[in-house]
Amino acid sequence: MIELAHLQVVSAALFTIGIYGVLARRSAVLILMSIELMLNAVNINLIGFATFVDFGGAERALGQVLIIFVITIAAAELALAIAIILRLYRNRSSVNIDEIDLMKW
Amino acid sequence: MVTPSLVLFYAAAALTLGGGLGVVMTRNIVYAAFALLVAMMGVAGVFLLMFAEFLALVQVLIYGGAIVIVILFALMLTRVQDFEHLSDNRQWPIAAVVAAAIFGLLAASTVGTSVRTTTDAAGATVRTPVAFDALGESLFTQWAVPFEVASLVLLVALIGAVVLVRTSGGRD
Repeated sequence: MIELAHLQVVSAALFTIGIYGVLARRSAVLILMSIELMLNAVNINLIGFATFVDFGGAERALGQVLIIFVITIAAAELALAIAIILRLYRNRSSVNIDEIDLMKW
Repeated sequence: MVTPSLVLFYAAAALTLGGGLGVVMTRNIVYAAFALLVAMMGVAGVFLLMFAEFLALVQVLIYGGAIVIVILFALMLTRVQDFEHLSDNRQWPIAAVVAAAIFGLLAASTVGTSVRTTTDAAGATVRTPVAFDALGESLFTQWAVPFEVASLVLLVALIGAVVLVRTSGGRD
């Protein structure tokens, strides 16, 4: 049987992979992809709780509604982030975040 | 007890985590985009195993159809020299340690916490699907206002993206 713990471990592992990608990668586009991985890890966790937990007759659909909101916000975030990356590339000819140190002292 | 659904779940989880590892490990950024697609399809499989057909469909359409395509467009428009041989930055060992520590913390705390799950008469854990119409009714009655706000956020974000990348009269 699939248990809630299975989904939680997969979710934690995917989130961790995303954290590693954000911390270790150089390309801004790859960091964006890692953020998408982290958002999907959250979705796995949400669907697990929405399907397995005993709510005692209360709203079970809320978990799936939350996932729809997460996907919506992820799409909005991705559109803006891609726009910022394109702007950055046009100004600096690079999407390497190690070189974007204008505001670093 | 190994059931067919558990085997399918392991397959979906392997697809998800393998794709995720592909995103953060590969040296070629185009391969990373396709690995992201594989990971997203794995998550769609997990949604299907939780009887969330609508979410699986949305996942395939939005991530497979839109987000990966947009990322590939971004890659084409920002073609740089180290396109095929990316390197990680110097702090990657620290990043690996931090990631492993966070995984240990998350896995231990989530597995160690007991949650009251729904069980059948024999005491086995059961999955309770959310009916399609129950999801729609919840989304468009109780959560109608947040839904409209989310659509407004999406609209504003897309307009903002267009404004950001617009070249004003070809001057820049």
